[in-house]
Amino acid sequence: MTELSARSGPAPQALDGGEPLLRVERLSRHFKIGNALSRATLHAVDDASFSVDERQIVAVAGESGSGKSTVARVLAKIYKPTSGEVYFQGKPLSAIKSRRDRLRYSGQVPMVFQDPFSSINPVFRVSHGVMRALKLHRPELTNEQREAEAVRVFDAVGLNPGAEVLQRYPHELSGGQRQRVGFAQALAMRPKLILADEPVSMLDVSIRIGLLNVMARLRDTERVSILYITHDLASARYVTDRLIIMYAGHIVETGSAEDVLSTPRHPYTELLLAAAPDPRAPLNVSSEADIGEPPRVIDPTPGCRFRWRCPLAIDECHKVTPPLRELLPGHRVACHVAQAGAETGAFR
Amino acid sequence: MNKLADDPRGLASAGSRSGPLLKVRDLSVEYVLERAVINAVDHVSLDLAAGEFLAIVGESGCGKSTLLFAIAQLLYPPAAITGGSVTFRGRNLVGLTETDLSAVRWKDMSVVMQSAMNALNPVLSVRAQFRDAMRAHGVTSKEEIGKRSAEVLRMVGIDPVHLKSYPHQLSGGMRQRAMIAMAMLFTPELIIMDEPTSALDVVAQRSLMAQIKELQRTLGFAVIFVTHDMSLVSHFSDRLMVMYAGQVSEVGRTRQVFDTPRHPYTVGLMDAFPSIRGPQVPLTGIPGSPPDLARPPEGCRFAPRCPKVMPRCLTSPPPLYQVEGVGVRCFLYEDGGAR
Repeated sequence: MTELSARSGPAPQALDGGEPLLRVERLSRHFKIGNALSRATLHAVDDASFSVDERQIVAVAGESGSGKSTVARVLAKIYKPTSGEVYFQGKPLSAIKSRRDRLRYSGQVPMVFQDPFSSINPVFRVSHGVMRALKLHRPELTNEQREAEAVRVFDAVGLNPGAEVLQRYPHELSGGQRQRVGFAQALAMRPKLILADEPVSMLDVSIRIGLLNVMARLRDTERVSILYITHDLASARYVTDRLIIMYAGHIVETGSAEDVLSTPRHPYTELLLAAAPDPRAPLNVSSEADIGEPPRVIDPTPGCRFRWRCPLAIDECHKVTPPLRELLPGHRVACHVAQAGAETGAFR
Repeated sequence: MNKLADDPRGLASAGSRSGPLLKVRDLSVEYVLERAVINAVDHVSLDLAAGEFLAIVGESGCGKSTLLFAIAQLLYPPAAITGGSVTFRGRNLVGLTETDLSAVRWKDMSVVMQSAMNALNPVLSVRAQFRDAMRAHGVTSKEEIGKRSAEVLRMVGIDPVHLKSYPHQLSGGMRQRAMIAMAMLFTPELIIMDEPTSALDVVAQRSLMAQIKELQRTLGFAVIFVTHDMSLVSHFSDRLMVMYAGQVSEVGRTRQVFDTPRHPYTVGLMDAFPSIRGPQVPLTGIPGSPPDLARPPEGCRFAPRCPKVMPRCLTSPPPLYQVEGVGVRCFLYEDGGAR
C-alpha cells in the first residue's frame, strides 16, 4: 500500500470554465415539527454555500445537530432543499426528475453510511452488493467484466485478495473491512463524488486511520472527490483539502484545513479544537465549562446562533446574523468580532 | 439493568478496610460456544485503590468489556468465569448468589453501560427509573427519593426539571449524564463505566469526561473506565491498562505509559490517531486484525501483527515483565527494558 501523506494529493482541478464539480448555492432545509396546534419550523441548514472541486476531499465538521448530515442528505437527493440550489457539473439538481437521470446521479454521487454493521445485507455474500451496483449502474459490462471490476474495486480499497473477500459473508468481516466494502460498492459505480457520512466514527480508533488512507488513495488514484462528514477535526485535518465548520445550521468558518485549524478565527472552531483529545498536548481547561449542547434551531430570530455559548459575544451578535466573509485569502469566517478585528488589523 | 434490582433487602455488607478496594487475581472468562471455546479474558490481575481512576483500553474484541462484566458479576451464558477471584472490599464476589450480590451492587459498586439509549427504559420517566433503583435497595421514603434524585441530577449538571422527562426527550449527552447520576444514587465506592462517551461528539465528550473526573475527585469514588480511544483518557486516568486479545499487554501510570509506551501494541495505538496540532505525518495504524480467540497464536498473541517480532515470540508466550513500575508483556523487556 502506498500510504503517502494523505494530504499530498495533486492540486484539485476545476472543470472547464471554472465550474466546480459541485456547487451549493444558499442551501436551506427546514423541517416542520410539532402538531396541528403548535406549528414550528426546525432550521436544519440555513443559507449554506460551498463548492467541491474534482479530486478534492472536503470535510464538513460540527457537533450533532449542526446540520452536517442534512447537507449530505440533500446532496444525495433524499431531502429536497427548502430553498437554494445545488449544481452538479453545472446542472441543477432540481432538474433531475426521470428515473434514468436519478439513477445516473446516484451512481455518480453515491453515499457511504456511518454504520458498517447495518448497512450491508447480512444474508448475502458481500459480492452481492457490488455486483448489483454494477448491474444497475453499468449495464454495458459483460458478466466477466463485472466480476473483474468487482475484484478491482475490492483490491482498490485494500480488501486483498479481492476475489477471495468477495465470497465472504458480512459477519466474517471486521467493522473496518465492512466499511471498506461500503467504499468498494460506491467505487464500483465509477462515482465523481462520494458522500461519506461519518464513515469512521463507529470504528475503533486503531483502524480508522486505514480507512482515511483509503479515502486519500481513492482521491489520488481513482480521481474521486469525497465529502467527508465528521466531528473529528484531527481526522479531517489528516485527510482533507478543505474544511467547512458548521454550527446550528450555519457555515461558520471555511478554508484550507491547515489554515482553519492553525489559525481558527471563529470562537466555535476554537471550542471544537480545544475539545479534541490530544494526549501530546497539555490539558486545555477552558472547554470544561461548556456542556456541549448545540441548540435545536426552532424558529430562529436573527443573530449569531453561537452567541449563547460564545465568550466574545457583543451586542451586534444578538441582532444581526453574521455573514460568511473572506478574512484571509480562501479563509472565510462568519463572526462579527473576527470581522471587526480583521478590519482594524488587530489580531484577536 | 433490571436484574440489578432484584433484591429488595438492599443491605450492604461492610467488608474489611485493609488492602485495595478491588483486587482481581488471575481472572479468566470463557465463552463456551457449540464449536469453540473462546478465552476472552486470560489471567488478568489488577488492583484498584479507593478513589483511583483506572482506564482500560483496547480494540473491539480484546476482552475489555467482558472483563468489566466479570468484575461486576454480570456475565451470563455462554460466558462464565473459569478461574480467578474478584475481591471487592475484602470479599470474593465470584460464586456469590444473586441475593448476596444485590446487596453490593448499586450501593457499593455501580455500572454505567455503554449505550444510554438502550440502558434507560424508554417508557418510564427519569424520575420513575431513579425511584425503582432506590426502592429496590431499600429506600422507600418518597421525600428522600425525590430529594436524592434531584441532588444527583444536579451533580451531573442537569436541571432537576428533567426528572419528569422521558429518555427520548433528552439529548445523547444528557442521557449519558442521567445514567451516571443514577449510578451515584447511593454514592458507591466504585463506578464501572463501559465506554460511556463513545456515542457523543467531541465537545460533549470532553465536558462529560471533565465532569466525571470532577465528581470522582470530590466524592472520592474509584472508577474503572473502558474505552477504545486512548487519547480520551490521557488526561483523566491515574493508571492505564492496555489489553490485547484477552490479556494485559501493558499497565502502569497513565503519564508514564503515554510518555514512553513500551509494548509494540501500545506504540501502535499511540501512532494510530492523527494529531490536530504539530507536523503532519503519514500514519499506518496497526495492520491486520486481532487473533481469533478460539485459536489464539501459540506464542505472543500480538506476534502476527508485531513490527518487532522475534523468533521466540512465535513459540512461547511472554509473561508480564516489570519495568520501572510498568508491567509489559513483551520479550523485549526480559532484562528490564534494554531494547
